[in-house]
Amino acid sequence: MRLRKEGRPVQEARAMDEGEIRRAITRVAHEIIEKNKGAERLALVGIRTRGVPLAERLAGLISRFEACEVPVGALDISMYRDDLHTRQPVVGSTEVPFDVTDMRIVLVDEVFYTGRTIRAAMDAVMDLGRPSAIQLAVLVDRGHRELPIRPDYVGKNLPTARSEEVIVRLKELDGEDVVLIRKPDSTPAE
Amino acid sequence: MALRRRHILSLQEMDAEEIRFILDTADSLREILSRPIKKVPALRGRTVCTLFYEPSTRTRTSFELAAKILSADTISISPSTSSVVKGESFRDTLLTLQAMGTDLFVIRHQCAGAPLFATKIVNVPVVNAGDGMHEHPTQGLLDMLTLRGVKGRLEGLNIAIVGDIAHSRVARSNAWGFTKMGASVRIAGPPTLLPPELEITGAKIYDRLEPAIEGADVVYVLRIQRERMDSGLLPSLREYTRLYGITPERLHRLAAPGAIVMHPGPMNRGIEIAPEVADAGYCVVTDQVANGVALRMALLYLLLGGANGPKE
Repeated sequence: MRLRKEGRPVQEARAMDEGEIRRAITRVAHEIIEKNKGAERLALVGIRTRGVPLAERLAGLISRFEACEVPVGALDISMYRDDLHTRQPVVGSTEVPFDVTDMRIVLVDEVFYTGRTIRAAMDAVMDLGRPSAIQLAVLVDRGHRELPIRPDYVGKNLPTARSEEVIVRLKELDGEDVVLIRKPDSTPAE
Repeated sequence: MALRRRHILSLQEMDAEEIRFILDTADSLREILSRPIKKVPALRGRTVCTLFYEPSTRTRTSFELAAKILSADTISISPSTSSVVKGESFRDTLLTLQAMGTDLFVIRHQCAGAPLFATKIVNVPVVNAGDGMHEHPTQGLLDMLTLRGVKGRLEGLNIAIVGDIAHSRVARSNAWGFTKMGASVRIAGPPTLLPPELEITGAKIYDRLEPAIEGADVVYVLRIQRERMDSGLLPSLREYTRLYGITPERLHRLAAPGAIVMHPGPMNRGIEIAPEVADAGYCVVTDQVANGVALRMALLYLLLGGANGPKE
């Protein structure tokens, strides 16, 4: 993600505030329980970086609603990307402290865009074992799919232009809960 | 952050930030080694060539395993079974292998500087897997990774490197690496096996064992390289063992509580290291080997990822 450049005019619009994010996550937690008819053999796996705190929040809610423990893992997909020949992400660690075999795995990510991250994440999960199902929960679906992949649970559908940037900031990492849409700069690209 | 260099030739030329970045990447990748299916597709379609002019078990296997776990293809060349025996030069061997599509060379050579020379011949990344008595940077890095994993830090540790320093590229790489990471390094060995110039790394040099390992958090034992010992540098191996051998009694009496013992392998049990020490829980030799694979995965990923790796 690009760093905010101070002193440069960038147009940002607030797409979701703290309350909207909280309500969206709560609704998605209920939807996950409803679709899976409970939380048995259910586990959440967040995609680094911002999928991880979202997965933890969802797991907390589901555990509370269903009075049971829902395991949470963190997935780093750098090794599975299809664009490693052009860029080199900093590698984080995968921490999935449970056997995924025969589990219903809900992948959690902050923004659904081209679907390529999810393709990589599915490959990464499959390398850890054979889950009975993989589902996908995202906070924001911004459109522009490039692969036949669609999220099962969406916090908010947010139609965007490709030139726009969707920025999710979360309390655990950024100190605030907010979703922003950044319009393309009017200044020429560097 | 990305690696700023295209080749890994020595730890002397690296800075602490760069070393930390490599170790962090290796820490992240280590998890893959504990999976039931130890394979990720990161370097699919890349070819890594290991070109070893000296014998090696662990370094070569470690590099090849690291490449295979990342889905790269590996070619393994040994002079004894290649056209080198027909008189093909190092330069021509490199060019031939490059023409076959090698994306990265791992080179071990009896001449110091051979990997550096190779970087001027080929236009792909080169990793030094040990050159003469110069350096063995990936060993230094995996030792730092192991030690950081055990002790949680490198800064402020007292590290004693003991043994045949003069012939040891491992001693050179580790002296550079550990001092750059803020550890204090003491080096000890018989005067005939102590090169004075090592002080430029910031290490202190001792010709007796006891003051060097007194209070040490880590005793790093080097192999007595018997194959390089024909010129009478030691009166006898027995005398070496008596004066410099690492025994449980010496460790207990002198080293810091909780001290660990490291060795780059292969060990000469009963010569530089007592068998009881080699098999003790505080001897982390097998951790070093396991970390070697993770560390080399990190280097291959960092050198081969991105658009053909960073340009010089």
